[in-house]
Amino acid sequence: MNALTVKDLNVKIGESHILHGVTFDVPAHKVTALLGRNGVGKSTTLKSIMGLYQGTGSIELNGQQILGTPTYKIAQAGVAYVPEDREIFSTLSVRENLTLASRNKNNGDAYKNIFELFPELDTRAAQLAGSLSGGQQQMVAIARALLNENEILLVDEPTKGLAPKLVTEVANALVKVAHETTMLLVEQNLALVKRVAENVIVMDQGKVIFQGGPENLSDPAWVHEMLGVSGGHK
Amino acid sequence: MEAFILIGITGIGLGALYFLIASGLSLIYGLMGVLNFAHGSFLTVGAFVGFWVASKMGFETTIPEFLLAMIIGGLAAGLFALLIEQLLITRLYERHIDQALVTVGVSLVVGAVLGGWFGNDLRMFPTPMWFLTAIDIGGAQIPADRVIYISTAILLLIGNWALLKFTRIGLIIRAGVENRHMVDALGINVRKAFSTVFFLGGFAAGVGGVLVSVYSNGVSPLIAGSYLIYGFIVVVIGGMGSVPGSFLAAMLIGIIKQFANYYATGLGDFVVVILLAVVLLIRPQGLLGKVRA
Ligand SMILES: Nc1ncnc2c1ncn2[C@@H]1O[C@H](COP(=O)(O)OP(=O)(O)O)[C@@H](O)[C@H]1O
Ligand SMILES: [Mg+2]
Repeated sequence: MNALTVKDLNVKIGESHILHGVTFDVPAHKVTALLGRNGVGKSTTLKSIMGLYQGTGSIELNGQQILGTPTYKIAQAGVAYVPEDREIFSTLSVRENLTLASRNKNNGDAYKNIFELFPELDTRAAQLAGSLSGGQQQMVAIARALLNENEILLVDEPTKGLAPKLVTEVANALVKVAHETTMLLVEQNLALVKRVAENVIVMDQGKVIFQGGPENLSDPAWVHEMLGVSGGHK
Repeated sequence: MEAFILIGITGIGLGALYFLIASGLSLIYGLMGVLNFAHGSFLTVGAFVGFWVASKMGFETTIPEFLLAMIIGGLAAGLFALLIEQLLITRLYERHIDQALVTVGVSLVVGAVLGGWFGNDLRMFPTPMWFLTAIDIGGAQIPADRVIYISTAILLLIGNWALLKFTRIGLIIRAGVENRHMVDALGINVRKAFSTVFFLGGFAAGVGGVLVSVYSNGVSPLIAGSYLIYGFIVVVIGGMGSVPGSFLAAMLIGIIKQFANYYATGLGDFVVVILLAVVLLIRPQGLLGKVRA
């Protein structure tokens, strides 16, 4: 059963043709890693799923067409988005960021889970989100997505630019979350990808060039060819 | 000293009128990037509806009657603003230049229709006698109507602040001013917040229209133009999207303009333009504006 099915997705931003017939599936209740060099169109793919860019082709969520639907309806249908630049609301407090994101009034349990995952957010609830460190902002961005019941989580480079200690903390949180949800994860940190991914998609120049199991990630030659990085650690 | 107090308080009163226009302009731009040139027509609609209501009550009104006319004028302008937003602006979602053009069109049509119907001459607004009395403040004789302008602006500032701070729609508006796409991505229809802002901005402008008519000694479709320009200047100086910034800038401009006009006859507008240029050079995001990512 696929939570998300993307078929022949073409997206132009202004004059530039960014996605050229992107096609892939995201199986339900699994973590799928979306990999590829910088600038191949991973973030554009997530934004297009979210309805933030318009395109042609087909994007189905649990069999329902969502391409062309307004962004807020896509989110209400259960697509949660943790963007690459976090995009937390810097002029709102941590609590206000979470209150805004929460679409369900009876979600005491959701808050409990989030504060278990990120205790810091509880202690810093009154602080302006703009004054948080990058790692804490990332926690707000992830927490925001976890407050609602979701069909799928789109997470774009959650460990980008974080200090090593925070990379571990965010990674651990994602591993915990990974057991309970469907996730499409864009991530450069191969160690983290190996820990969580059960399914791998590789993009190059606006196209999908591989979809399959995670076994290949242990093959340095494959990793080098597909991602242009040396395998193992990064 | 008396002259100083009189000019200062008149300046604050004028600033209060500017604020009533600018608060809505600022939020509308901050939230959706719409340069709303129709805002002057909201002022005009409020002024004429308020005038119509007040005229029903006779040549002179009591204070409660006047306040009622002012609120009805505000509500009419708010509903008119909502209508314009629903009929025209939402159809041009994200097309900023088209939106600006259509709002210019609205302002021209409203001006032409009302001008054709009532003529462009000033018509005396029925006001309470009390407005003509003078209040003694530090020896200066302050015309009582100033008190109404200033207290109305302060009430609207407080109301605005409370709405933004304590309600969910206010939270959505504040977040939307910062990043409306992310608000959408959280499953919130940010356009609904935009309708609310249009209504509230229209209401404030309509109330402002009634007060401007009192200040200018009459209603006319021609009055809105210069207030709209001042509204935009206030928004730029105060910072797009910041209501407190608009309040601060409006007061500053009202006071500076009055003093400049007093000490250098007729140079008020010129000094304000210089101030605008200085702010744009030194602090382009405005006094309380945020730098956009
Ligand atoms: N807003 C935009 N306008 C124009 N080009 C863009 C925009 N966003 C991304 N691109 C281009 O689209 C391509 C894919 O970008 P992106 O999806 O961000 O890549 P990735 O996330 O894989 O690094 C890049 O060449 C980038 O320059
Ligand atoms: Mg990216």
